[in-house]
This record gives sequence, C-alpha cells and structure tokens, in this order.
Amino acid sequence: MAAVTYDHVVKRYTADVTVVKDLNVDIKDKEFMVLVGPSGCGKSTALRMLAGLESITEGQIRIGDRVVNNVAAKDRDIAMVFQSYALYPHMSVYDNMAFPLQMQHMKKDEMDRRVKNASKILGLDPFLKRKPRALSGGQRQRVALGRAIVRSPKVFLLDEPLSNLDAKLRGQTRIELQKLHRELETTFIYVTHDQVEAMTMGDRIAIMNAGILQQVGTPGDVYDHPANLFVAGFIGTPTMNFVPVTTSDSTAKASGFEAKLPKSVPAGKGTLGFRPEALTDRQSADGSNLQMKVDVVERLGSDQYLYGQVGSDQVTARVDPRMKVAPGDTAQLGLDTRSIHLFDAESEVAFF
Amino acid sequence: MTVAAAAQPTTVAARFSPGWITQLLQRYMLHVVVIGLTVAWMLPTIGLLVSSFRPFALTKTSGWWTALSPLEFTLQNYTDVLDQSNLGQAFFNSFMVSVPATVIPVTIGAFAAYAFAWMKFPARNWIFLALVGLLAVPLQLTFVPVLSFYVNTLHWTTSNLENIGIPGLPWVPLWLAHAGYGLPFSIYLLANFFRALPSDLFESAEIDGAGTLTVFFRIILPLSVPALASLVIFQFLWVWNDLLVALIYVGGAPEVAPLTVNLADLTTSLGQGSNLLTSAAFFSMVVPLIVFLSLQRYFVRGILAGSVKG
Repeated sequence: MAAVTYDHVVKRYTADVTVVKDLNVDIKDKEFMVLVGPSGCGKSTALRMLAGLESITEGQIRIGDRVVNNVAAKDRDIAMVFQSYALYPHMSVYDNMAFPLQMQHMKKDEMDRRVKNASKILGLDPFLKRKPRALSGGQRQRVALGRAIVRSPKVFLLDEPLSNLDAKLRGQTRIELQKLHRELETTFIYVTHDQVEAMTMGDRIAIMNAGILQQVGTPGDVYDHPANLFVAGFIGTPTMNFVPVTTSDSTAKASGFEAKLPKSVPAGKGTLGFRPEALTDRQSADGSNLQMKVDVVERLGSDQYLYGQVGSDQVTARVDPRMKVAPGDTAQLGLDTRSIHLFDAESEVAFF
Repeated sequence: MTVAAAAQPTTVAARFSPGWITQLLQRYMLHVVVIGLTVAWMLPTIGLLVSSFRPFALTKTSGWWTALSPLEFTLQNYTDVLDQSNLGQAFFNSFMVSVPATVIPVTIGAFAAYAFAWMKFPARNWIFLALVGLLAVPLQLTFVPVLSFYVNTLHWTTSNLENIGIPGLPWVPLWLAHAGYGLPFSIYLLANFFRALPSDLFESAEIDGAGTLTVFFRIILPLSVPALASLVIFQFLWVWNDLLVALIYVGGAPEVAPLTVNLADLTTSLGQGSNLLTSAAFFSMVVPLIVFLSLQRYFVRGILAGSVKG
C-alpha cells in the first residue's frame, strides 16, 4: 500500500531512441491507475522501470517515500502480472503461487495459509495440484494473479493481463479485477492498449503517445475534456468526428455547416471535434444544424450509427434507433454544441 | 483433388477417384520409406548379432544371411570373449571414462550457456562466436599441443599423479580432454535452447525474488531436461565409442584402457580373433542402447506448454 511517483522520468536506449520522455505522474495510494496508449508509446517501458526490469535513464521513481531507482526488483515490494502470465510450467499451481514466498524463506504454515487464501479468493482450489498446461487461459491468468496476491505487495503491476483472453472472458475478468482491487485495497497500475479496459477499470487514466504523457484524469475527465487531438481520438468508440474549420469569434465554419461555439476563440484555423452522440435527429436551437449524405446505416438495436458525408467531411453519427434513415438519404441532424471541442490546428491542443 | 472427391461422395466413381488413391499412396509411401530406411540402417547390426551367435567355422565360409539353412547357433563366442579378454576391466574403465567425461562438459556447459544466453557482459557475442568457431577445429589437431601441455607443463603423467597422491585416477587428463572437446557443442546447443525460453519467466522470477543461481537451478534446468538429455546422449555415445582420444591420452594398458581400445586389441592380441569381435562389439553396444532408450522419453516436445500464452 503505497503511492507511486514518476518524477521527470526518462528512458533512453541510445542517444536518439527515447521511449519515455519526461514522465510525471502521481499515483495515489490504493488507486487503480491505467496507463493506456497505442503500442510502442512507452507505457510498458514505464511499468517495467517501476518493476525494476529496466533501468531509469533520468529522473526518479518513488514507491511511497522511497526512491527505487537503484533498488533491485525483488526488494521493491511489488508484484507483476505479465501479459503471457509467465507461469513456471514445471511447477504445480500451488508451487507457482508459493514460489515468491519460498524465495522470502517464509515459514511453511504461513506460506500455506497465504496460498490457500489466494486460491480461495480466485476460485483456484480445485486446481492446486495441476500443472499450468492443464489449465484454461482464464485459469492460468488467475494463477498469475494469485502469485501476485500471495506476496501482499505494496503495488500491483499488470501488463496487459487480459489480452490473451477471449472477448467474453475478458469482460468477466475486468469485473473480477475491479472487485479484487476493492478487496485488496492496494495500488494497482495497469497497462493496456485497449481504451475500453482503461475507461471501465481505471480510477484514473494516464494516456501516453510516442513516449509523452498526454493527459491524466478520471475516465469522465478524459472523455469529456480531452486535452488534445490525440486523446480525443484515442478515447471513445466510434472515434470522435474531426472536421477542419475556420473560426471567427464564436462560430466555426466547416465545409458543410456552421457551429456555434460555447465561447469565443481567436480567428484562425482549427479542428472541430464532436462525438457521434453529439449529433441528434432534433434540430439544434442555436442553429448548429447539418445535412448528412448517409452512406451506411448500422442498426445495433439500442443505437443506430450513420456514416456519411457532411460537406466534404466524413462524419459518424449515433442517433435514436427509431429514426428512419436509409443509405442514400440526406439526414437532417442537430449538433449539441455543449459537447463540442475545438483544437488548435498547429499544436493540436484543445481550446475546450 | 481431395476437395473434388469430397464434393461428390454419393457416386461410386468418386470413391475411387484419383485423389483418394493419391492420398492412400502417399500414406503407404511414407511408411514404406520409413521402414525401408530403418531396415537399411539396422542391417549391419543384425548381421553382427547373427554372426556373433554362429560358430566361427561357419562365419568364415558363409554369410550371416544363410544362417537359417543349417540352423546352428552357439554361445561359444560370448563365453570365449568373457574368458579370454579383459572385458570386465575394460567395461569398468569405459564407465570411469565416460561418466565423468559426460557430466563435466554438460555441467560446465550449462552454466556457461546460461551466462551466454541471459547475462550481459562485455564481448559476449564475440566470445560466443569464437566458441562456435571451435566446433570446426579437428580434434586430431590438438593432440600434440595438449599432450605436450599435460606432460611438459603440468607434468601430469600417470606416475606423477600417483606420486602427488591421486593414484588410480589416470583418467583425469582424458576427462579434461573430453570435456574440452565436448564443451563448444554443449554450450552452443544449450545456449540456443536457453535463449528460446520466454524471458517473461526470468523477469517474473526476478521480481519474485529469485537470484541468478535459483533461476538456474529451479527454472532453467527443469525446463531444459529435453536439451540436457539429448546432450547427455550425444556426449556419452561419443565418449563411449571413442577410440582415438582414449588411446592418445591414457594409452593401451589394460588397467586403464576403455572398451574400444580393448576391442581394437582383440584381433591383434588373439591373432585371428575376429569371431570374438562380433560378440565383444555387442557387449559394447549394450550400454549406449540402455542410455539412449532410458533418456529417449525426455525427448517429448511441448514441455513448455502452458507456461505462456492462453
């Protein structure tokens, strides 16, 4: 149970290969923090530096108040769950979970108590004598979790633990992991490339791209107030619509429509962003309406997605499933200007 | 073709379509080739076995394949070889040579291979490359320098070793020689095997608190049983069957000479003793066969199954 601090952390392999650039994150005690980003963004490296598997080029990583830059992995009081689970194939489930405790020369009965306890939490009791190869993917994943739990570490590190599971199991495990986090009351740091996992599990999310931290915030924060174009495009499915606009005062003029901006901005070029659900079949009161030439209609029962052209821009809309639209139609849509975003054309930073 | 055949299964013609026949032929061809190769490889051994049970007079006049027409077998050759030669001693010597000469290079090789595969140290790749280069050195080339090193530099002659209190172990130089000859291959094979083990396992063990030696003994070795078993077989067979190296380093004295040297001496020391060769050769084959058959079951693939991925 401890806070984790990344303080100006840099990871450089060679002079011109820098995978993590000046990373600053404060992870609170007992928080479920998700590091998310596309592959190669440095999120795994950031985690591995915390685990002690990679050296830190510059800056400090602290667990609690202790600087761990030069502390060996085993002395950092952390536990890590690997994407591949990394179970020891020649040991039984019991021995796999007992291994970290054996390494600490723990007494037999205490060890037994802890392993039994973890196996009960994870429902592994019937499999304790089995070898990993006789387990299903989901069970192996739980053994990997169990091996982390028995140590009662200060911090749990999870490196894409769900990516080898099938979709249904992934959904279940997501919920189980959150329950586990509540029961254990320990700091969790979870790395994933899947923004759905990030949104559903994280107390807070740290979004990284190309080695640079883009934004840290609660799932609601990053969804409603993305800091820049990258975050806006990365979070949410289907992705946010981006339309190049020319702004003057408080209107933004796109190729096919005009939108009223909630506050005035300097005149110039920008990118207007709005999520598919910001479009509705009701006309907007402030006149931010647009006509969409519909190419494709997807009905999902609860929702209806329209893909089409507005002016010369490609736009996706999520509308009421009862709205009658067919491909080829021109749909009249209103834009909810309370949830639109404007990004600077150059810096891609959000005005709002 | 198989698809075409499957598409029209109702007609009688389809059942005898060319595709079906090709498939059948392919399967039988495979068996024929495999069995043919096996027989071809076993033929000399079978000949040796049959000859070893035939009376000496018959083997001189007719081939072993005629053994069935006048059905005449005898154990004479085996009793003769046990009586006349130094077989028991030679057997013992062979073990005394082969077991350490297998254990030493495999053990050292495993440690070295671990370092080459998973530890970072300067010039690692160059040293490894040099080591692999040693595989290409013909060992005959090393006899004179190594022998001269033993005798002139270390003064490890049998009498000297006895004088400094290690009597009865005249094989020490031979062990070291065999270890040296076996090491490049041991390290090469094991390093490649260790390298293929998933790195997650080592990282996980590191976080779990296992030190280098613990990782080696508790994770690498148990997972490398197939590689170690095949290496033990290779090295043991090579040492057991070796004549040249043994002859050079320990000489032909019956107290120290292994089975191969003894076998080579049979014909000369007993004149026309080729009848004894057949049975003696069979004695010498028994041990490698046992070693191979007992370790063969470790050649199971998929020992890593279940460690990583779902």
